[in-house]
Amino acid sequence: MLRLQNVTFTVPQNEKGGKNTILDDVTLDIEDGSYVVVTGPNGGGKTTLAKVIMGLVKPDSGRIFLDGMDISSLDVTARSEAGISYGFQQPPRFKGITVRDLLSIAAKRKLKKEDACHLLTKVGLCATEYINREVDTSLSGGEVKRIEIATVLARAETSKVLIFDEPEAGIDLWSFHRLTKTFRELHEESNCTIIIISHQERIISQADEVLLIADGKLSLRGKPEDILPSIDDVEEKPCMVEMDK
Amino acid sequence: MNQDIRRGLLEKIADLHDVPAGAYNIRENGESVRQNTEEITIETKTDKPGINIIVKSGTKNRSVHIPVLITKTGLTEMVYNDFIIGDDCDVLIVAGCGIHNTGDEASAHDGVHSFEIGKNSHVRYIEKHYGEGNGSGERIMNPEMTAHLAEGASMEIESVQIGGIDSTNRKTVITAEEKCEVLLSERLMTDGHQDVVSDTEIILNGADSKARINSRSVAKGNSTQLFYPKLTGNADCFGHVQCDSIIMDDAKIRSIPEICANCVDARLVHEAAIGKIAGDQILKLMTLGLTAEEAEEKILNGLLK
Ligand SMILES: Nc1ncnc2c1ncn2[C@@H]1O[C@H](COP(=O)(O)OP(=O)(O)OP(=O)(O)O)[C@@H](O)[C@H]1O
Ligand SMILES: [Mg+2]
Repeated sequence: MLRLQNVTFTVPQNEKGGKNTILDDVTLDIEDGSYVVVTGPNGGGKTTLAKVIMGLVKPDSGRIFLDGMDISSLDVTARSEAGISYGFQQPPRFKGITVRDLLSIAAKRKLKKEDACHLLTKVGLCATEYINREVDTSLSGGEVKRIEIATVLARAETSKVLIFDEPEAGIDLWSFHRLTKTFRELHEESNCTIIIISHQERIISQADEVLLIADGKLSLRGKPEDILPSIDDVEEKPCMVEMDK
Repeated sequence: MNQDIRRGLLEKIADLHDVPAGAYNIRENGESVRQNTEEITIETKTDKPGINIIVKSGTKNRSVHIPVLITKTGLTEMVYNDFIIGDDCDVLIVAGCGIHNTGDEASAHDGVHSFEIGKNSHVRYIEKHYGEGNGSGERIMNPEMTAHLAEGASMEIESVQIGGIDSTNRKTVITAEEKCEVLLSERLMTDGHQDVVSDTEIILNGADSKARINSRSVAKGNSTQLFYPKLTGNADCFGHVQCDSIIMDDAKIRSIPEICANCVDARLVHEAAIGKIAGDQILKLMTLGLTAEEAEEKILNGLLK
């Protein structure tokens, strides 16, 4: 089980001091092997929550447990070893590192051509065209995004928790279709806990459970059929900017 | 010369584990051992130090190795090598210089290489520079290169200097006629107090010619790097200069690409970027289980590959 206990994360508001609370005393449990979708308004704190779990962001307070072990003080590498994987919302690019190199790093072994191809097929990429390309700026946004997802899939065998941050972003309809199938299969065939941050109804509706994160808080959780209708009710926030007189 | 040092240097600069196949000239502390073949003749110059390498027209799929090894502290040499490549050839030339300096005097090798490449010939030229040894004596290399490509010729140059050379001033001028192709890739890593100046010019005189300069470097410690890649287009041609550098520690890098068009049909582009390793690159690799140090190494090796 993945457990977050009273996790709070703030950033300084401005030079004069003051704080913006990004995650506000979040406590939640996610059962092993479940398929959970995290959704909510832009800026609500979803990515920050994922980064806190991966160790990319250090919370001000609170603890994180994986299968009863307190992983709060572990760095990113150690959490990766402990079985957490995270696919970035905005993946970085690497000059001189090929798709196959990157997937091999992820899988922790030199991947055979077939293995790399297999992973790429799962994200709707034609493998032979891509495995020897560098993960640099020559790849399109959607291509980089799908390669990023493949790096997480490459770790499925050795991971306990897989987190995907808006896997649908920038991805065409055909690949999106392939991707939803990949997530379903992953859920059926592996024991991994799958956490997908998403705004897509298609992905939300195939989840076991949906967590709604808004304003840095877990504001609602439940079955997709219960959560989806309530989204219409989320109140619109007034703009707080003070205008110069 | 100590055989282990010799073997180590040869492997570093020429990927050689044994005596190379084909023609070669191995220069060790100023003395040469060589082998000629039917198609490739290497001869000692009579007017100054150095050799002429003559490749007969029509020579295909052959290689020439001309590594230079220096293990004597205080040895400084200036060597002139002329390559005369006939028409319709396809050859690989592996040059390179390794200095092992354990003494306190500077050891230096200044090589002046000049190429005359015949019509429709293809030359791949690999040059690796490497220095080692724990002496306080500097290891210095100042390579100079000029090349002229006749119609339809092409040249691929790979120059690599990724460790141990304290000071380098490199100058390269390549002139190409019609339908030529020049591809120059440079890989450079400096550390400590090493300084490198790299001055490269490619002049495209003929129509339908293409040139690419691709320079990638990493500067660490207190080292400095200065790049002047220049492309001149005097005809209907295409040229691209790309420089990418990663800067670390207290290093300094200046990159001054220049493109110069003297013909309305010349299409020339340059791109230059200097930056530190992006934080999210390191973090991404850490999420895949690498430590921060391993991640950094992967990123640098990728860039310099
Ligand atoms: N390091 C930071 N410094 C300042 N503000 C931050 C920082 N990190 C996050 N924020 C702010 O915290 C809020 C939550 O950001 P986060 O990226 O977690 O949102 P999100 O729910 O993933 O949004 P989206 O749906 O747009 O991806 C945003 O308002 C963001 O601007
Ligand atoms: Mg986000």
